[in-house]
Amino acid sequence: MSKVVFENLTKVYSNGFKAVHGINLEIQDGEFLVVIGPSGCAKSTTLRMLAGLESITGGSISIGGKVVNGLPPKDRGIAMVFQNYALYPHMSVRENLGFGLKLAKVSKADIEKQVNEAAELLELTDLLDRLPRQLSGGQAQRVAVGRAIVKRPQVFLFDEPLSNLDAKLRASMRVRISDLHKTLKKTNRSATSVYVTHDQTEAMTMGDRICVMKDGHIMQVDTPANLYKYPTNLFVAGFIGAPEMNMIETRLDRAGEGKCHLALASQILALPDEKLQKVLVNFTENVVFGIRPEFIKLADETSPQDEIITGTIVRMENMGAEFYVHFTVEGRELCTRVPSDVVEAKLQDAIGKEQTFHFEMSNAHIFDKETERNISL
Amino acid sequence: MNKIFPEKAALAADMKNNPLLRAELRKQKIGASIRYVILVFFGLVMLYPLFWMFSAAFKPNHEIFSSLSLWPKEFSFDGFINGWKTGTEYTFGRFFINTLYYVVPKVILTVISSVIVAYGFARFEIPFKKFWFVTLVATILLPTSVLLIPQYLMFREMGMLDSYLPLYLPMAFATQGFFVFMLIQFLRGLPTDMEEAAQIDGCNSYQLLWYIVVPMLKPAIISVALFQFMWSVNDFLGPLIYISSVEKYPIALALKLSIDVTEGTQWNEILAMASIAIVPSIVVFLIAQNYFVEGISSGGVKG
Repeated sequence: MSKVVFENLTKVYSNGFKAVHGINLEIQDGEFLVVIGPSGCAKSTTLRMLAGLESITGGSISIGGKVVNGLPPKDRGIAMVFQNYALYPHMSVRENLGFGLKLAKVSKADIEKQVNEAAELLELTDLLDRLPRQLSGGQAQRVAVGRAIVKRPQVFLFDEPLSNLDAKLRASMRVRISDLHKTLKKTNRSATSVYVTHDQTEAMTMGDRICVMKDGHIMQVDTPANLYKYPTNLFVAGFIGAPEMNMIETRLDRAGEGKCHLALASQILALPDEKLQKVLVNFTENVVFGIRPEFIKLADETSPQDEIITGTIVRMENMGAEFYVHFTVEGRELCTRVPSDVVEAKLQDAIGKEQTFHFEMSNAHIFDKETERNISL
Repeated sequence: MNKIFPEKAALAADMKNNPLLRAELRKQKIGASIRYVILVFFGLVMLYPLFWMFSAAFKPNHEIFSSLSLWPKEFSFDGFINGWKTGTEYTFGRFFINTLYYVVPKVILTVISSVIVAYGFARFEIPFKKFWFVTLVATILLPTSVLLIPQYLMFREMGMLDSYLPLYLPMAFATQGFFVFMLIQFLRGLPTDMEEAAQIDGCNSYQLLWYIVVPMLKPAIISVALFQFMWSVNDFLGPLIYISSVEKYPIALALKLSIDVTEGTQWNEILAMASIAIVPSIVVFLIAQNYFVEGISSGGVKG
């Protein structure tokens, strides 16, 4: 069992700066958890505390049921993959892979066996006698991953491992690491992984669950799908998804008979019943209205009247299969995604012209402006 | 064809068809020639004394001060033969070995102690670190002569006079601030990722130093060893103060010895031995020069 538990984990630096504000988190045995957040949100600090490279100011960390607060990194049963690979420059790939085992006084034959096994798994067999400086970025990162595997740790830690690679390589390494995790799991080897990144794509595609952090607080922990569909607060809603969710500060008006509507400038959007029930529980006037670009469509005759807004198209970005169409509604800019064929059929020379849009309100979110909580969930 | 710079070869091909480019190249060539003439001239001015020393070693004594020419009129090896015999009961070889007796331990102790202290400064949190660091830098600025008398008294009390111990024992305590400082700067420029990875792999602080830090520090360590070697071989004051019996004299004192003991100084012998005396430094430097340049140029800036 290699469950990881953070209890009230706190980090205060010697200059008084509080980096991590008492976070609580449970990472299940065998889970692949991605920690994501903007720069400076303490995601790396948290990972380094788990690794034992950074001291803990308060709270506790346990790995596999054992509190590891005071243990040095080598006794925690972890292995880490660094952003800069951190291969030992003077050792060959083979020595890099086997270094941890050598220190643990494993017999030479066993080291050889385990190194070869890991090399095979990561297609490094031909590179075993090279020095790190003779490797490409992708190969170096595979060696770094191999070094982690050879140790057979309880928990794998990844600190932005793909951010030094080019886009194409990143995509293939992403798949490789995901597959590796599955392989380890299938062969009943411990595979609990904590993966820190600032790249949404990595988070969405690799994680069993994603933990979104901001300024040393955990904002939300959930599966990628849930995080995307049901963000519990304004930050997560804005952080996950590209292009970003449209967010507009506005007013929520009670319209009598237990109804509510949103005022988007001088135009009005009605809330569907199921949203309304939830919003009324935590009713507040000042709200932020959020809707993802894919839930705004070009209006047609089937669109319900109380979900239609008229805007002026200001810009269209060609993404190939689709266009990002930016439009303003009385000074506020929004974005929608329109398939290329629809653009060709309906939006030729549309820039500067008025257009009606259908806002699918059942997929919209209403956030309390003050608490930033999603009150429509 | 220029294989190393294919773009140069392409440029040369262009040149044939383009008069403007050709004129530009001619201008560059003239500029380069002028630069090299000036550089060679000043280089020769600076190296002249050294060349003179080598050539004078092959001249008979009476010719040395009578001409400026570098080429001996009468070619003779007498300087080397008599110089090697020296005016004492020992040959010059003995003084060579004497020199190594204190230079080798001095270099080894300097490297070991400086690396350990620099590692501590660069990688560990210690109380009052800034104060200690400033103290270290201050010792670099302290003139050596200030310490001569107290150190002499100290070693006299310890009964170490006329031995090599006073020359190298202090090095075991990282007393040469300059080397510690140089290594700290180099270490600060090295990323800590590798060390963290090694910590996770199971290294304790000493293993970290031995398996990871020392190999990465190699260029800087070689520079330290080289500096210390050359300075120690050239050191005159240290042996002069602590070594009193001729049988223990190192090269620096032995050269002076031959000036003292003969009535009419045999300059060709002195210059011949001086020429031999700088050979070890030159050889060591040539062997280590690649590392040496890397060591002094990347200190502090390597990221």
